[in-house]
Amino acid sequence: MQTATIFSFHGGIHPPENKAQSLQLPLGKPSLPRELILPLGQHIGQSSRPLVKVGDSVLKGETIAINNGFLSSFLHAPTSGTVSAIEERLIAHPSGLSDLCIVIKPDGQDTWTTLAPLYDWQENSRTDVLAYLSEMGIVGMGGAGFPTQVKLQGAHKNPLTHFIINAAECEPYITADDMLIREKTLELVLGIEILQHLVEADNVVIGIEDNKPTAIAALKALITQRKSKIQLAVVPTKYPSGGEKQLIQLLTGKEVPSGQYPADIGILCQNVGTCVAVHDSIYLGKPLISRFTTLTGDALNAPQNVEVLLGTPVAHLLDYADSAADKLHRLVMGGPMMGYTLDSAAVPIVKTSNCILAASKKELPAPAPEQACIRCGMCEQACPASLLPQQLLWFSKSQEHEKAEHHNLFDCIECGACSYVCPSSIPLVQYYRHSKSSIREARESNVKADLAKQRFEARKARQDAEAAEKEAKRLARQKAAPSKSAGDKKAAPAKVAPTAAPISDDTKKLKVDIAIGKSKLKKLQKQLLEAQEAEHVEDINALQLHVSEQEKNVASLEEQLAKTAPAATPAQAPAAAKAPVSDELKKAKIDVALIGVKLKKVQKQLEATPDDQELKDKVASFEADLSKAQAALSALGASTPAAAAPKAAISDDLKKLKIDAAIAKAAVKKVEKALKKAEEIQAPEIDAIRQQLQEAQKRADDLEKALLNPVSTAAQPTAKTNETATNLDADAAKKRKIDLAIAKAGIKKAEKNIALLKEQGKDEAEIKASEWPQKLIEAQNKLAALEKEQETAAPITTAPTVSPAAPADADAAKKRKIDLAIAKAGIKKAEKNITLLKEQGKDEAEIKASEWPQKLADAQDKLATLEKEQGANSDTATVKSAKPEPKQVEAKAESIATPEADVATQVKKQKIAAAMAKAQINKLTKRLESAPEDAEYIQQEIEATRQKQQDAEALLAQLTHSQDNT
Amino acid sequence: MLTVLLAIGILVLLSLIFGAILGYANVRFHVEGDPIVDQIDAILPQTQCGQCGHPGCRPYAEAISNGEAINHCPPGGQATIQALADLLDVEAIPLDGDHGTETAKRVAVIREDECIGCTKCIQACPVDAILGAAKQMHTVIADECTGCDLCVEPCPVDCIDMVEVGVTAKTWTWNKPQGIAETSLNIIATDRQAEVVH
Repeated sequence: MQTATIFSFHGGIHPPENKAQSLQLPLGKPSLPRELILPLGQHIGQSSRPLVKVGDSVLKGETIAINNGFLSSFLHAPTSGTVSAIEERLIAHPSGLSDLCIVIKPDGQDTWTTLAPLYDWQENSRTDVLAYLSEMGIVGMGGAGFPTQVKLQGAHKNPLTHFIINAAECEPYITADDMLIREKTLELVLGIEILQHLVEADNVVIGIEDNKPTAIAALKALITQRKSKIQLAVVPTKYPSGGEKQLIQLLTGKEVPSGQYPADIGILCQNVGTCVAVHDSIYLGKPLISRFTTLTGDALNAPQNVEVLLGTPVAHLLDYADSAADKLHRLVMGGPMMGYTLDSAAVPIVKTSNCILAASKKELPAPAPEQACIRCGMCEQACPASLLPQQLLWFSKSQEHEKAEHHNLFDCIECGACSYVCPSSIPLVQYYRHSKSSIREARESNVKADLAKQRFEARKARQDAEAAEKEAKRLARQKAAPSKSAGDKKAAPAKVAPTAAPISDDTKKLKVDIAIGKSKLKKLQKQLLEAQEAEHVEDINALQLHVSEQEKNVASLEEQLAKTAPAATPAQAPAAAKAPVSDELKKAKIDVALIGVKLKKVQKQLEATPDDQELKDKVASFEADLSKAQAALSALGASTPAAAAPKAAISDDLKKLKIDAAIAKAAVKKVEKALKKAEEIQAPEIDAIRQQLQEAQKRADDLEKALLNPVSTAAQPTAKTNETATNLDADAAKKRKIDLAIAKAGIKKAEKNIALLKEQGKDEAEIKASEWPQKLIEAQNKLAALEKEQETAAPITTAPTVSPAAPADADAAKKRKIDLAIAKAGIKKAEKNITLLKEQGKDEAEIKASEWPQKLADAQDKLATLEKEQGANSDTATVKSAKPEPKQVEAKAESIATPEADVATQVKKQKIAAAMAKAQINKLTKRLESAPEDAEYIQQEIEATRQKQQDAEALLAQLTHSQDNT
Repeated sequence: MLTVLLAIGILVLLSLIFGAILGYANVRFHVEGDPIVDQIDAILPQTQCGQCGHPGCRPYAEAISNGEAINHCPPGGQATIQALADLLDVEAIPLDGDHGTETAKRVAVIREDECIGCTKCIQACPVDAILGAAKQMHTVIADECTGCDLCVEPCPVDCIDMVEVGVTAKTWTWNKPQGIAETSLNIIATDRQAEVVH
């Protein structure tokens, strides 16, 4: 046996050793506790993933959790029993926080699972053995719990010169490694040999402090007997010679450079406990399920070392070591220098717990109060890492983390030597720990910020790419467009060869084409709208061209259709004439929108620089353009209803008119907004904008009037022809249904508004004062009248009416569901508010006095009625939907499918808009409460938003109406 | 006379040579972009929340470099203001309350049974941290969420909560010691109580 040369390291202290107490008794073996608590994060790195469920029975040594990523470890059942819980339990951590643990209730049998030792480890490849060690859950037992296989893999980065076995165990009180060497000398040496084989190191040195003569003797004897090449280096007792870097310096004279690992200078360090665990797993197949732990301290009557199962609660061990509760002052996990105080004795022993110190008050008194640093320099003398503790203290105290890092704060091993020697009792280590964790936190948030930035930039790049792609497509289409449309026009008349038989086929095809074209058109319009919102001028231009192109396509197709089926539907002929008009109309609308956007932009600029004459001129010119375009639009809009006399085209016109009306309303709103803005900045063009507003409103009114007229004209002729032709009967019935639906929607709207008012905290009187109850009654009357009419008409037209009713019913059901959801949300809100009030410490009387309980009751009532209604309606709906013959339904579905889908999306949009407006109102009312000084302004805003909401709802009603129409 | 001319000649020659070197260096070692904006951007927390009134952190960084106040970033809080003040060599001012208040780190959590699958929040998320499709339930990838609040507003059914990120054993940090206590001021070093007794 060779004896290694011993070097020395800077600093170090000689605290009282206190190791004798726990060596009086032989190794103890505590009984099985009532339950074993196994935290999933017993090692450095990612927590393990549990493999078992609650209620599973496990055998001793069975894997209960596997590694979760590279830097992680396995976990095994320390005894046989059942998994009683997987839950948060207090863990051994300085924070005293809880973490996820697997709790095992032992069955007392201690039955081993089948063990599969790796006898032929020398024949197996290194990687296989390392994987095996990983599966056995081996981690560093010295204190950090670094997964052993990861450490061994890292050791091959550089050729290894030294393999050091850490048996120094320098911290006072702890004797677990000492006892382990005495008890398991052979296992230790065999384990070292396995590791030596794995890492292929030339020099294997066991570093042991000279205060463990028994262990040294045992090792010496065995090494001599086995003629092993292992060297034994007995180092003088000094704290902290057991620190990895300090021991390396002691045994090799080399210093691990700052920020590097021992592996970087060709050295590997392993704790004796790890070596024994490696031996047990390879030769016996036993995973890491127990460890040696020192139980010591004045509060224990029988201090000793124990081989304890992982997961054993500390309380159980204290009982075992006969603790005196009256003497127990502080419970420390680890030694007195680097350990941490435990708040509770319920925490379990984990893979890294080497000592439980149950100290009396005399033994570990409360730390003396901190005093000012007197710059004595004793900490510098004691620091084993050759740092400047005093300097680091200044930086830590003043949060100058960067400077602290420059002074190698992260080389501090937190040994506590500086705090120990400090005459001012400054808890230096705690300052360093705080600084270190702050720096780590900052680093992590930096990493997160970088990631967020990357993702943000990636998103932006993606959006830009999408826009560029659209642009490219547009250009391509723009090139292809003239030739294509010419080809279409040529092809169109050829297609419409008026042979009798294929007509229906052609018609069908054309209809499908039109439907497809329309859906495309709508999509494009939607995109255009979005682009306008986002103010992408290039996009707008591109999309506009697309839209007009598509419109042309649809128009030509419609023309074809009209030509193809003149006999079947003579009334459709005007559609062709009307198509160009609507085409122009749309173009005009787009012009208006575009100019509006430009105007807005310029106004915004103007807002920033109010004195810019050029911008003002621009605004004026844009406004002129806008009014011109709007005039054109209204002219076209006026011409449209005139052209739309024929009754078959009526529903089409109706739809268009509605859309026009909606657009006009939107325009009104826009101008209103502009007006408000102008008022805010007191721009000179307020009058102009006001005039615009009036114009726009007039137009909107006109359109609505126009909208009403066709409805009545459509209703009357159909009513007249009702008796003559049965198919017209169906039309009439449909219309009646639609009227009914409108009336219902009106009622619902009124109800909703009332509910809204209630929610907004208005009292009954105010609600009554508002127009809604009146409207509600009107609508109800109308509904009743319509229903009567429907009943009288029903006997004649039962069969055809049923099928359109079905989708309407479905719509109604959906609406009802939404109402239900709203009512539920209202209840939740009311409840939340009540609890909030309670939390705020208001007493019951006050809560009762507030409006919320009332509201809660209201909402609950409403919910109940709604639910009842829904139940009733779903019955009827199912009955009704069951009635129609499948053929009819199919035919209907074919024609309805595409436009309905579009309308549905619009309906959804409007619904969302309404909901958002509502939310906005709520928010504003809230603000009103908090900021009464701005009351007037906020009130105005609320009014505006309410207007918006009503518009959205009106549009919604129209849309649902048109949806029913189609 | 000759000496004077010679001196002038030499100086002109030298200035031409150095001018050429400088001109070359200006072209050769030209730095693209505005490095101060990058530095400011690196300090900002990259939540992309827009609370500063700019559409993202970088635009605010650009605005700061153009003279905007450094206290418009609530997610960064006082620490960011301090860092910006150090970088720009200006005075650290308290956070501007108009742009929001500094809160603990939060992440968005979608109450999934209430989600109607409208994709509004997905479009609002500046870092693509929300997963979902139309009419499918959405969920937030908690690790990627910057807690910017931007998804809360567009949700039509108010099913997004901002939940504070609690402290776990992994994220726990050591407290800073209390410092020198008032009562201990009159204690001299030798008065301190007995250390570990054996």
